[in-house]
Order: sequence, then structure tokens, then C-alpha cells
Amino acid sequence: MSSQKESTTRTLVVALLVCLVCSVFVAGAAVALKPTQVDNRLLDKQRSILAIAGLGDPSMSSAQVKEMFNGTISAKLVDLQTGKFSDAKDPVTFDPLKASKDPQTSSALPGSQDIASIKRLEHYSTVYVVEKDGELDTLILPVRGYGLWSTLYGFIAVKGDLNTVVGMGFYQHGETPGLGGEVDNPKWKGQWPGKTLFDDSGKLAVQVVKGGVDPQSPRAEHQVDGLAGATLTSNGVDHLLKFWLGQNGFGPFIANLRAGEA
Amino acid sequence: MSQPTIKEVLLNPIFNNNPIGLQILGICSALAVTSNLKTALVMSAALTLVTGFSNLFISMIRSQIPGSIRMIVQMVIIASLVIVVDQLLKAYAFSLSKQLSVFVGLIITNCIVMGRAEAFAMQNPPVLSFFDGIGNGLGYSAMLIALGIIRELFGAGKLMGYEIIPVVNDGGWYQPNGMLLLPPSAFFLIGLFIWGIRVWKKDQLEKPSFKMAPQVSSKEAY
Repeated sequence: MSSQKESTTRTLVVALLVCLVCSVFVAGAAVALKPTQVDNRLLDKQRSILAIAGLGDPSMSSAQVKEMFNGTISAKLVDLQTGKFSDAKDPVTFDPLKASKDPQTSSALPGSQDIASIKRLEHYSTVYVVEKDGELDTLILPVRGYGLWSTLYGFIAVKGDLNTVVGMGFYQHGETPGLGGEVDNPKWKGQWPGKTLFDDSGKLAVQVVKGGVDPQSPRAEHQVDGLAGATLTSNGVDHLLKFWLGQNGFGPFIANLRAGEA
Repeated sequence: MSQPTIKEVLLNPIFNNNPIGLQILGICSALAVTSNLKTALVMSAALTLVTGFSNLFISMIRSQIPGSIRMIVQMVIIASLVIVVDQLLKAYAFSLSKQLSVFVGLIITNCIVMGRAEAFAMQNPPVLSFFDGIGNGLGYSAMLIALGIIRELFGAGKLMGYEIIPVVNDGGWYQPNGMLLLPPSAFFLIGLFIWGIRVWKKDQLEKPSFKMAPQVSSKEAY
């Protein structure tokens, strides 16, 4: 029996059968669970948008998150080249991150402009707005950029004056837990609300500073403490904000919005 | 060799033959996921299920597996189970799966799973193998939960995210030991646990594998 068990044909048949059964099993699980997973990812993103915009609280159930998100926040498409709202695509289904990987819907950034190390910039992006009484109350902009190990994906929310920060945070990153991973620390994130992005002359002034912010400094209202032991992650956050709020990012859009021409 | 009973294979690995404490397997994930109790619990459950079911399936087809490819067949079964567990976590415990990140996937390479498949499931009937897998998973879990409790309680003053000891940062009196949140601290704790278990159960002491030669004066060395 043992010689038959070890024959080449037998070996191949067993290998094939095991692979077949396992692949059906894995594929079945992946397909069956896909809708729930996609739902979860969306929910996670919505939850972080709400948290960054200072709405609701983290203990909300998923149904509450959905209800609040759909009730207060609307997604809008922005053409990054003209800096104006656009109807070219459906903002709910459009995925800017996917678009940024496709040469058809994005363009490569030359090294000198690519301070956030994102390589390609999509032509359209999705922003989220909260409106109250027909007026812009909060604007939530997606940001991303490279830290030490990974690209940090997050949002920054500003008030209707397009200058005061409501909140900033990341929903996905792979920085070192305990060091760069402290970008998730509520205490660090707590420094952002109330800071202002632009100085009196309208220049972008927001900054993550190494060491600590000197409260006496006239620029303190634009500055946030860097993370101790995570200089490169702190620089990454600094660079990604400068990129996305600057001329190549949402700069023109913010200017248009302020002038009432978006 | 007489057949062990289900009770034996289920309970022995918890203290008498702990996979981490005696066999010193699965240390990597034990360091990485125990900085808080919640991830430790989820990881324990995931590993226990994978070990149990991989033992069950491998044992079911053990007489069919040709010796030349048995490791690969075991690997395929283990990997499939791990992927399914990972998918389940992503679907039903998304935030936890984000925290566990790669470590669920790394169960595939966890020596405990492979070790039990090769050492036990290949020689024993399915039901017994299943309970052996669950038992070893429980042994791993016991160690992870102990680590998780100590590290989260004294490192962050919390358990399962709820505050137990008020820490200085939030206006309490306890200055948390930040080192406990870093992976190396689990090394020290595991070492202390192994010491403790071996003081309690003397038969786990290993014979020294070599004897150090007595000190010689420098003159004798030449």
C-alpha cells in the first residue's frame, strides 16, 4: 500500500485535490464576505470623517454613523486643476485614490513639486462639506503623504472661514506604533482644533515644529508640536499639509471658494 | 504508545506542556499583539480556531497524504484557514483587524500550528487531533491573556480600554510604565512566567545541554 501511496500519480492527484478544495473554500469565503467588508471600510472612513469634523462621538453605532453622515455631510467633486466644483463624475462612487493610480485620470508630479511624495496626483478629488442654513459650515479635505514607512491617509477639517482648523486625523497609516503611530493619539490630535492655516497676509503658515511650540511666538497659532521620537513622521505630516493646502493641491480651490467663485 | 484521552490533550498544554512556556514556540506574535487585552483575545481566538481545524482536516486526510509532499499539503490547509479567519475579521471586526494588521496573516507561519499538525495530527484520529489543536491554542491563549492583562493594566492603566487605575496624564495618581507597551517587555514577562512555571512544576526543568568548564587562571591557558 505504501508504495502505491508514494507513487508520482498519486502524489499529483492528492496535491491537485487539496489545492482545488482549498481554493474553492477560500474563494467562497472571500466572495461571500466581500460586501460586508466594503461596507465596513466605508463605515470606517465615514466614522473618521465625522470624528475629524468634530461631529458625533466615537461610541456611536454603525447605524447612527450612517444616519449622521448622510444627514449632515455631502460629498462634492472638485477639479484640482481649475480649483472649482465639478459634475464630471459622481462624487459618491468616485474613488480619488484609485484615480491617482491610473495614468488616464491622474498626472505624474515632478520631483520638485512632490513634497508629500505621493508620485501621482489625480485630476479630480472628493471633498466633504457640512452646510448650515445654506452657508458652508465645515469643509473636509482629504490629505495624504509619505511618513517614515508608509503613506498616511487622512482628512483635515476647516471652519467656514476656510482658515480655522476643526480637526485633523489619519484613518490609515503604517507608522511605528508608539512613535510615529502617535499621530493617532487623541492628545496630539487635540492640538489641531483652533489652529489657523493662513497668516494675515494670506500665506500658508501651518507647520509641525520639532521640539515644542513656543506659546509666546507670534506664529504659535499656526504651529503644532512634532511627535517626540518620530521626526520623519512629523515632517511627513508637515509636508503633506503644505502640499494639499498649497498651489498644487487644494490651494486654488480654497482661493476660489473664498472669492465665491467655486 | 498508549492513546492520550481528550481531556489530556485539551488540558495538558495549558500548564504542563505550554506551547510558549515549555516548547518556546510562537513567541513573535506573543510579543506583538499583547500590548492590550482586546487584540490578545482576538489573536488567541483566531489561533485556537486555526490550530483546531487545521489539525482536524489534516488528520482526516492523513492516510492519503504522500510523505514527500506532506509539509506542503499541511501548509496549504493552514494557509486557507488563516485567510478565511482574516476575511471574517475584516468583515465582522474591522477596527480590530486593523490593529492586528499583518499578525493574523502571520498565523500561517506560527510554529505552534505547523508543529501540532506535524507532531500530532499526522499520527492521531481526527477528533482527538481537533482537541489537541484547541488545547494548544488554549495554552497559547493563556499566556497571551496573562501578558495582555499585565501589559495593558500597568502600561496604560486600563483593561479592554476601560480605565482601572487612573493615570497621571488624565489627572490620576498612577505613572504608567511605558516600557510595558513596547514589545521587548513581553520578553521579560515571558521569561518570568517560564521561571514561575518551572519553579511550580519541577519536571519542566531542562537538563543543561553542556557544562561550563571551571575557571582557569591565565597561566594555564597557554
